[in-house]
Amino acid sequence: MKRKQLPDRAFRLATGFSAATIPAVVAAVGVMLAAGATTALLRWGPSFLWRSQWDAAHGEFGAWTALCGTLISAFLALALAIPLALGVAVFLTELAPRWLAGPASLAVELMAAVPSIIYGMWGLFVLAPVLSEHVEPFLQHTLGWLPFFQGAPTGIGMFTAGLVLALMVVPYIAAIARDLFTMVPPQVKEAAVGLGATRWEVVRAVVLPHTRIGLVGAVILGLGRALGETMAVTFVIGNSHRLSPSLFAASGTIASTLANEFTEATDELHLSALMALGLVLFAMTFAILALGRLLVGRTSAQGGA
Amino acid sequence: MALQNGDEPKIRVQNLDFFYDGRQALRSNNLEIARNRITALIGPSGCGKSTHIRTYNRMFDLYPGHRATGEVLLDGVNILDSRAIDGISLRSRVGMVFQKPTPFPMSIRENVAFGPKLLGVRGSELEDRVVAAIKAAALWDEVHDRLDASGLSLSGGQQQRLCIARALAVEPEVLLMDEPASALDPIATTRIEELIHDMAGRYTVVIVTHNMQQAARVSDYTAFFYMGEIIEHGPTNQIFTSPAEKRTEDYITGRFG
Repeated sequence: MKRKQLPDRAFRLATGFSAATIPAVVAAVGVMLAAGATTALLRWGPSFLWRSQWDAAHGEFGAWTALCGTLISAFLALALAIPLALGVAVFLTELAPRWLAGPASLAVELMAAVPSIIYGMWGLFVLAPVLSEHVEPFLQHTLGWLPFFQGAPTGIGMFTAGLVLALMVVPYIAAIARDLFTMVPPQVKEAAVGLGATRWEVVRAVVLPHTRIGLVGAVILGLGRALGETMAVTFVIGNSHRLSPSLFAASGTIASTLANEFTEATDELHLSALMALGLVLFAMTFAILALGRLLVGRTSAQGGA
Repeated sequence: MALQNGDEPKIRVQNLDFFYDGRQALRSNNLEIARNRITALIGPSGCGKSTHIRTYNRMFDLYPGHRATGEVLLDGVNILDSRAIDGISLRSRVGMVFQKPTPFPMSIRENVAFGPKLLGVRGSELEDRVVAAIKAAALWDEVHDRLDASGLSLSGGQQQRLCIARALAVEPEVLLMDEPASALDPIATTRIEELIHDMAGRYTVVIVTHNMQQAARVSDYTAFFYMGEIIEHGPTNQIFTSPAEKRTEDYITGRFG
């Protein structure tokens, strides 16, 4: 008996230790950020969240513009990425001939493997000029009466950042959606086909409802990536601390602000404000993932129907 | 052996071959399916029964590499020819019920309305069709007071009758049933068998089963499949009492399969 118990206990200890490192690291990150942010938080308290000044020269800091920039860029990215990713996944699983489905799937996975700095460089040197010369003037011409499409079409700003982020998020959502779609029982699809449904009707009536819960998870994962993405956004967003309704205007996110200013932050207050900004991002990501969990839990509680 | 008693063929299969990526699964099948009668396809697992009926609604179209040659004539039109009839309209004439119940993740009412809605049926006509189909599938007494409950909330046998109702709501001419009771308990099986029996005279039903008692109980005609070939087909009582082929006799007396 003893001889058999020993490896089992060692195994339990080893796996238990591995499992414990995760919450420990998360807690350590939170504590470190909170400690670093103390000066700023003591000075402004919760109003740090909704103060919109960010002026290093005069020692005025607030998270509002970066917070809004982060949320706007992430949701703009999702709004563009979700239909695109679902389209890719439906094509790969339901429509593509076999000789195309394999290579195309691989291409989607490779898209996820491209380092984000490459997306940033591509966004700055390739996408931004195209947008500023063609796409943004066109949008301004047709939809210019909306406040979102006013101002100089420079190609650098929220619009470009959202677009680049969307491209970075697509492979995540598309790859998960594809895997989910292939798991839909073929009998149920055949049942719909057997009733005279077209491929689109099968997707709408069977495939999407069947995979709804997993799709929510995929979108949340994409959102997580969009919220925290740093390099690509920093390249193309223009890094401004002004909040503008126009998507063409230069803007900033929490991550891009951190990337830009950590090296130049010399006084303690500036550094502490950046730490506080990091804490906000940390808490926000946490809250969104928790919300996603809650949503997924609620949909699965309805029995998948 | 041809059809008897003045029965006319609804489907006539001629020299049907079927290939899965080049592997031949059906060899030169010839068969007549009588209009408004129940035809049972029997034979050991993997003999090609399911493959055979899945040509009747061209379900194999979904899968690249699956290919059928020969002719399957539905009222004289070769349904294997996609220029003669497209898969969508074919399947609104030839319905199918599967081995496992396959309710969609929606309400009972929406499940049954699914097919007619695709055909553009709306309003009170849709409601009438739904009610008629649920009654025809002998499910009305059990669900009439909860049509808006999820189809997935029903028991296995009820789910299968829901699927039958869903297929009937399209008002198909032919109903294909691929081992419709093999995943059900004996009581649910009996109900399904009674239901199939009641359909004779109104629907052309083709049922795949490897339960020979079931074939004997519900069908008017029986075809015996073995290794992708149709060994023998004819009136059910004749197949079961005096089969012409040794292999048929061996199978129905339980000597193999």
